[in-house]
Amino acid sequence: MASYATSAGIGVGLVTLLALYVGMTYCLTGFGFRFDVGWYLEAVSPYMWASTGIAFAISLSVVGAAWGIFTTGSSILGGGVKAPRIKTKNLISIIFCEAVAIYGIIMAIVLGNIIADFDYNNASREVASANYYAGYSMFAAGLTVGFSNLFCGVCVGIVGSGAALADAQNASLFVKILIVEIFGSAIGLFGIIVAIIQVTKIKMGKTAMP
Amino acid sequence: MDSLSFNINGGYLEGIVRGFKSGILKRTDYLNLVQCETLDDLKLHLQSTDYGNFLANEPSPLSVSVIDDKLREKLVSEFEYLRNHSVEPLSTFLDYIRYSYMIDNIVLLITGTLHQRHISELIPKCHPLGSFEQMEAIHVASTPAELYNAVLVDTPLAPYFIDCISEHDLDEMNIEIIRNTLYKAYLEDFHSFCKNIGGTTAEAMCEILAFEADRRAFIITINSFGTELSKDDRAKLYPRCGKLFPDGLSQLARADEYEQVRQVAENYGGYRTLFEGAGTNPGDKTLEDKFFEHEVKLNVNAFMQQFHFGVFYAYIKLKEQECRNIVWISECVAQRHRAKIDSYIPIF
Repeated sequence: MASYATSAGIGVGLVTLLALYVGMTYCLTGFGFRFDVGWYLEAVSPYMWASTGIAFAISLSVVGAAWGIFTTGSSILGGGVKAPRIKTKNLISIIFCEAVAIYGIIMAIVLGNIIADFDYNNASREVASANYYAGYSMFAAGLTVGFSNLFCGVCVGIVGSGAALADAQNASLFVKILIVEIFGSAIGLFGIIVAIIQVTKIKMGKTAMP
Repeated sequence: MDSLSFNINGGYLEGIVRGFKSGILKRTDYLNLVQCETLDDLKLHLQSTDYGNFLANEPSPLSVSVIDDKLREKLVSEFEYLRNHSVEPLSTFLDYIRYSYMIDNIVLLITGTLHQRHISELIPKCHPLGSFEQMEAIHVASTPAELYNAVLVDTPLAPYFIDCISEHDLDEMNIEIIRNTLYKAYLEDFHSFCKNIGGTTAEAMCEILAFEADRRAFIITINSFGTELSKDDRAKLYPRCGKLFPDGLSQLARADEYEQVRQVAENYGGYRTLFEGAGTNPGDKTLEDKFFEHEVKLNVNAFMQQFHFGVFYAYIKLKEQECRNIVWISECVAQRHRAKIDSYIPIF
């Protein structure tokens, strides 16, 4: 355990030192302008932003759902051996976790349908700017829904595991803990709502107008 | 962050252990058992609990030792199930639970060899949880030193021998001192293992093991009054992983009578209450009973948290306490001496 922490610490220290050295060199030799965030944002194609957003949307949601399902599922299996009555009721927790993956796929499909072709080299300023805006929006929407579903899935999973074990001991506890799970599930819903709002106004393609 | 990854390897077993725990006898079950007139009555009442028909195949005049053996068999089968389904680090943790029984078995075998008893008489008396492969081979040794060199050095307990006992000592030392020295090394090792695991396991287990260490220090001190155990020797037997280390232990090492031990306990909040209620008058609980009660309380608390290994240790200890309770009640029923039948330690 100690050697893990020290080698991780040494690694982080070396990387920071390197970054500091490179940064100071650029700064002090008058080439600071080369570190150009704006150039980077514009040079990367909007299709790249959009596609990465879609990837985050579905993959992080699935990670969250999977995490939640294994956490709850193993507890249901263990608790169900001595208290078989909990088996069916506790599948609700699994369904809550699964809902998180469904939000992810809905968002991914919605985002995927927005992508359209535009003439990358000859587009007018308005069309290009509308398309770039769309690309950035889709990336952000993907991150929004991906991360909120990730944490929502983990949360519902841990609560579901507690619900299964408590239900095995005392059947009246299940409904109370289900309320906690419902609140946990709501945060995933917030993520997809915000993501939808982020992409309502965007359009990609040759006729896109800002 | 135990809660994120514990269920990958431990979720199913934790569910199983909590299921076992719900089968531990409650107060109402004990009230039923206490009202039994005969051992067959007891058997009938136990049939409606989680024990089921475990005494079904026993011939009719039941004896308390048969009940004891069958209770133990059930505990052993549950433990074996858990151990077989576990992976690291839970499997090492469960092995540590086994080592305390192994120490008892080894001490039993050494005593038996010293008194020239045949190995086949001794093996059935050993606790099944503490069996190890080399048990059958113990008869090849005729002195404890040979025993160590030939057999014990291959068991998982070898490090505990190496640290504290040499071959020479094995021949000369009192058997109880060997037992306590081994147990001290085992407890300290287990404590540092739990600490290394960290997280909730360390929180739950270190508290339980610290109480176990302090309890042994108190009991060793009190039992050594009036024997020829010197104070230095006594101090070498105290496990150092409890709350009493280092000040309390050095004070205990200097104590000469019960009052001084009680003084040491005054300095530690949790232990003062244990000494207060205890006494040797007929209505009082003994100090040992208070210690058992406190241990049961700590073990029950381990179930209040999820995602840690403490529940496995706590379950085994609570089940053992339940076995002791049932055997106590059975003895009172069998001997028709019901005066102290209520001195079992209720768990839930």
